[in-house]
Parts: sequence; C-alpha cells; structure tokens
Amino acid sequence: MLTIKCPWCGEREQIEFTAGGEAHIARPENTAELSDEEWGAYIYTRTNPKGVHYERWVHSHGCGKWFNAVRHTVTDIFWDVYKIGEEKPAVPEDWDGATTRAQYQAATQKTAAPDGNEK
Amino acid sequence: MAEPGVTQRLAAAGAAFTDPPAEGTVSTEPGALDAAGTRSPLSGLLGPAGGPVTFEERPFVGKLTLRGDPSNADFMAAAGKVLGTDIPTDPCRFVEHDGFRVHWIGFDNWLIHVPEGAEGPLKTKLEAALEGIHSAIVDVSDYYTVIRVQGAKARRLLQKGCPIDLHPRTFGPGQCAGTVFHHAAIFLAQTDADTDGGASYDIQIRWSFARYLWDYFVDGAREWGG
Repeated sequence: MLTIKCPWCGEREQIEFTAGGEAHIARPENTAELSDEEWGAYIYTRTNPKGVHYERWVHSHGCGKWFNAVRHTVTDIFWDVYKIGEEKPAVPEDWDGATTRAQYQAATQKTAAPDGNEK
Repeated sequence: MAEPGVTQRLAAAGAAFTDPPAEGTVSTEPGALDAAGTRSPLSGLLGPAGGPVTFEERPFVGKLTLRGDPSNADFMAAAGKVLGTDIPTDPCRFVEHDGFRVHWIGFDNWLIHVPEGAEGPLKTKLEAALEGIHSAIVDVSDYYTVIRVQGAKARRLLQKGCPIDLHPRTFGPGQCAGTVFHHAAIFLAQTDADTDGGASYDIQIRWSFARYLWDYFVDGAREWGG
C-alpha cells in the first residue's frame, strides 16, 4: 500500500487512487497521415524505465481529479506530484529512489552549499 | 424479505460473535414504508440506541452538484449570491448557511445539501443566476442517502473501514472528504465535535450501497453495546 499525495487533498492511501499509466504522451496532430507503425508507437510504446517514471494518477474516490506524479519504479518512492498543466519537475540524476525528496535534499545540502531552490 | 444483514449472518454462523444482536438493532421489516408512505434505502432499520455511538439515516436530503470554474469571478459571485455564502475554495472544506451546506468535492465541483424539497427551487434559482456562465447543476438527491454517525465512538467506528486519518489533529468540524469505507465509496463530512472526544459525521453513500454500509456499522458498533 502506497501513500500518495493528491495535489489538492493531501496524503491519502493508494486505495483511493487509480493509476493512469505514463504521463506526457501527446496525441499526434497529423492523425490522418500516420502510418500503422506510428499509430502503434503512440498507443502502445512506453518507456517502461527502471528508475524515474513520470506517470498519471486520478484521485478517483476523493476529488476525482487527474494529476501527474514522479515515482521511482524500483522503490515506489514518489519524488513529487504536480497538477495537470504544470511543468515536469526535474529530478537529479543521482537520485536513486532510496530516499524521499526531503531526505535527498537534506543530504545534498550537507555536502554542498544550499542553492536556494529548496521548496 | 430482504437478504439477512451482516449481523444476522454472523450471529447465525456463530463465527465472529457469540452474543445475539442487541434488541432493536435489526428491524424485522427492512424496506418498510415510513409514516409518509415513502421508502428510503434504510427505512425500517434501527441503529443502536443509547450507546457510545449511534447512527441514523437522514433520508431524502436534497442534494445538488454544482460545477464551474473557480477562477471565473462571475461564476463565484453568482453562485455565492444565490447561496448567500461564498462557496468554499479550500480543499475538503464545507460551509453551512441558512440550512444549506456547500461541500468542496473538487476544485471545480461542489456538493450542496439542502432540506428535503428545497433542491428543486434552489436548482431553478441557480440555473437562472448562472445563465450564460459555463457551469452545470445536477439534482442527485435520489442517487445517494445520508447516514449520520455520532457519539464518543463515532470516529473509532469509521476508522474500522476508512483509510483517512480522522484524528482531531488532522480532521475536524467543517472538513469533508471523498473516500471509501471498505468497498463502498463514501463522502464524509464532520459536522460537530464533542468535548468528550466524540464527533458527529454525515456519511453520504450511494442508494444501492446504503444497506452494505449500514450492516457494517451495526456490526462495527456491537463491541460497544447499546
């Protein structure tokens, strides 16, 4: 069971949510000109990473709103959640998913000067 | 004769509880017509009385869902004027005014509870006030019913099946949330808090799921008698 933070309602249990697959997959504009391969790629091909994954969730039993999340597929730890339409948050390349965002930032601040970007 | 409830089935099987249901907790005539000749999903059922948790159906509460853009000042002003109060924009909050209760469901979605019979006139008034403004009003009165759970053990009862942390440090009067109780999707609102640690909740549940939730409550409340 995961605890997921809805950008509107706050932290709730996973049972209230439904997963919606990979995020930021734009529907092609020129649909009339697409080949079968290109349609297939749009519909079925996903990045399926071992690591940082940008994905959609819907708070189906709560506010009913869709939102995006960044989750590490190995550890299931979420880096961040953000509302539909907001920019993809950047994730540091050396984040291994073993710590939460707050823990990671606390650890990196000890070894490096604060960059002032702390949320 | 309807299907036997959880309490009756458990009592018959002798599995989880050995003592029979307390007197008066299960009606022998579920689905009976009430005095006005109407039938709500839980009519004829009696909850525990006198114990540290009580629950009762509030049948036929008028319910409207209102949808619109909270960043549209015209929409917010027009809806607020009809309701006599600003509609809440803070997540998971509700406001009460003049017998109406306006709950935040989503950032563009509100649930309005009104006394029985007031939903039609209110819908007409809202439709008139929101003419030409991108919005939607739907009467969902008969889609749901409401169960009021209150008493010193009300929170303990809800926490048997609800994943939300209802502890006073995170959840209090004036807050509401869509969530689940075991397999049933519910919308709960905390209406009051007592000094002895008890609380009062209104649970909105789909009509066809009401009996499931009711039986769970009856079963869940048995450890406290009443």
